[in-house]
Amino acid sequence: MDQFLQQLINGLTLGSIYGLIAIGYTMVFGIIGMINFAHGDVFMLSAFIAVIVFLFLTQWLHIGFIPLALLVVLIAGMVLTSVWNWTIERIAYRPLRGSFRLAPLISAIGMSTFLSNFVQVAQGPRNKPIPPMFNQIIHIDYAGHSVSIQYRQVVIMAVTAVLLFAFWWLVQRTNLGRAQRACEQDRKMAALIGVDVDRTISITFVIGAALAAVAGAMYVLQYGVVSFSDGFLPGVKAFTAAVLGGIGSLPGAVLGGLMIGLIETLWQMIPTQGVPEYKDVAAFSILAITLIFMPSGLLGRPEIEKV
Amino acid sequence: MDASADSKGGAYVFKEAMIAALITLALCTPIIMFRTEADQNTSKLELIFRLTPVLVFMALAFAGRLVVLALRMRPARVKAVPSVAPPSGIRAFFTYVIGPLGLLFLFAYPVIVVWWLGPSGALKWMDSYGIQILIYVMLGWGLNIVVGLAGLLDLGYVAFYAVGAYAYTLLATGFGLSFWICLPIAGVLAALWGMILGFPVLRLRGDYLAIVTLAFGEIIRTILINWTAFSGGTAGISSIPKITFFGLVFADRENSFDEYFGMDYSPIHGKLFLYYVILGLALITNLVTLRLRRLPIGRAWEALREDEIACRSLGINTTTTKLTAFALGAFFAGLAGSFFAVRQGFVSPESFTFNESATILAIVVLGGMGSQIGVALAAVALIGGFEMLRELGWLKTFMVDYFGMTNFDPAQYRGLLFGLAMVVMMVVRPRGFVSTRSPSIFLTRRTAVSGDLVKEGHG
Repeated sequence: MDQFLQQLINGLTLGSIYGLIAIGYTMVFGIIGMINFAHGDVFMLSAFIAVIVFLFLTQWLHIGFIPLALLVVLIAGMVLTSVWNWTIERIAYRPLRGSFRLAPLISAIGMSTFLSNFVQVAQGPRNKPIPPMFNQIIHIDYAGHSVSIQYRQVVIMAVTAVLLFAFWWLVQRTNLGRAQRACEQDRKMAALIGVDVDRTISITFVIGAALAAVAGAMYVLQYGVVSFSDGFLPGVKAFTAAVLGGIGSLPGAVLGGLMIGLIETLWQMIPTQGVPEYKDVAAFSILAITLIFMPSGLLGRPEIEKV
Repeated sequence: MDASADSKGGAYVFKEAMIAALITLALCTPIIMFRTEADQNTSKLELIFRLTPVLVFMALAFAGRLVVLALRMRPARVKAVPSVAPPSGIRAFFTYVIGPLGLLFLFAYPVIVVWWLGPSGALKWMDSYGIQILIYVMLGWGLNIVVGLAGLLDLGYVAFYAVGAYAYTLLATGFGLSFWICLPIAGVLAALWGMILGFPVLRLRGDYLAIVTLAFGEIIRTILINWTAFSGGTAGISSIPKITFFGLVFADRENSFDEYFGMDYSPIHGKLFLYYVILGLALITNLVTLRLRRLPIGRAWEALREDEIACRSLGINTTTTKLTAFALGAFFAGLAGSFFAVRQGFVSPESFTFNESATILAIVVLGGMGSQIGVALAAVALIGGFEMLRELGWLKTFMVDYFGMTNFDPAQYRGLLFGLAMVVMMVVRPRGFVSTRSPSIFLTRRTAVSGDLVKEGHG
């Protein structure tokens, strides 16, 4: 039981990271109906940016106060990753509107290969570790059960919650969010009533990148290490989360992320010899099963194909 | 903004180029400007500042934007309407001349290489160029059936390649079966897997199908990694029996091919044989594809690629059409896989990553989906080109001398160029190098297809 609760907390931490990445997938899919295959690698890139900015702050500017450094890392990471994703959209996806059906996906696969190899060439193939932070542990003892939570898990969940709220406010309460939702419903109609569709799509990519950058910083904080190939698996799992929650649905992405995080950590608790190694198979199977039997996910709208 | 570029003049162009350079600066700021390097003693990461590459990239972006804007200022050419006539001019050259010439060259290639470089000098050119490229040509042609003809984006193609490789490996090491018996078995097994995995995903729309095939590919790879008793895990399986020529092995010992034919042992004999085997397999793939294209099933594939809903409304059974494409593509991947295993003598899950799928997909996409010649040329250009990257010693010395990049290795740029090529191709020429889709029937003379034939009562 104690172990279960412990894994529950670990799962929620992992799930918040997946949820943040999943929003990027789901928003882009919602607005232009494209699977942004490179999003996982954008996340990986943002984790590298976080590592470099962090090292710059602590080693070159000698900032010893970690929360301040983390704040600067988050802001710098969000800005710089947004510039990356904006550029990617501009170069690799925008010219393809109106091209044949699979063109954007193929272009995104190319972009994904490019990004991971680019980071490998620019930063070397080795893992990049940073010193662990927020190591203190809170012990909670309640009714005979004891659970320990690391400070960094609290930080991760708190930052995720705050940013999700800010993001929800942005999408629900601002003009920008309204334009975004309008484009999602009907791009042509939105253009007719004066919404700048190209700009809105760009902003969607920027928002997705900013949230992926938060996920990247949190990933580095949690695991303390990142390598150039770390974009693929979290990317696919976050996409699974988006699909499970119902692609196009924002609360669905967060819900799916938490579920995938929980399933992954709880799967590792299965005591049978040899089963825990298949945690990736579990995630991939969920992806396949959801897409085959329940393509609209848990919270998504069923998709109607118009001729 | 773009349309009115010509009316704005130099200041506008300069401003645009400056913006491009500044964005590049922002892109390069953390990831290129600082290199993280682990300290020798403490293994703590340290930052190394480097400015030259950032400035180079900024200059490139500036110049690139200028060129793009200059190109936009030219009067736009009117695009020619694609015609459905027999190809002429440069297209006829590609269709009718390159094919036979290329075929001739492929058969003559080993002879040329051996004659030119001698038996030992030719080894590298046979192995890492000839055989390697032909494996990818075959995989490209196999995937072309699925992606190019049927229009189903299969991102897990390498799984069937793995099925073929492991089928041969396990049958040969476990039951001592020879390559020639295992080859068709491997193909059929892969086709079976193609059907098993294909069946549930066929209802899905294009990009969902792509993702599910990707998931299946990764599941198969993860199982190969973790099911150690079955597949040897990450360590893989080594000492796979080599290929035989009617029971004669290619080795320096008794009862070998060389001894039987009274020749001195030379490793080139085995390579030559492997070369012609994979050439034969690849040509079978090509032939089958070309013939099937003219059959109803091939036309159904291409119709499916163009419009699935229209297909269904015309009474084409989309399930069987898709399944045959999937199974046939998987079959050829299985053949290629077992050839891969017999050539390497070693298999491990490492060879069947998603990157491999992406490479094969890149070959098909760059070559022009649906074009056999294009796919072959793309395989030669990509695989041969990247093999050559390993040998660019002069580029390495140049980069070390002028940019101080001591750890520069051209081979590292393989994947980077791959990815970039795919993006650029999609943007510039989405139909690939050889973008002509040769129709399977031509209207060579006028026929009456006018109103009087389709009047009421005439169907």
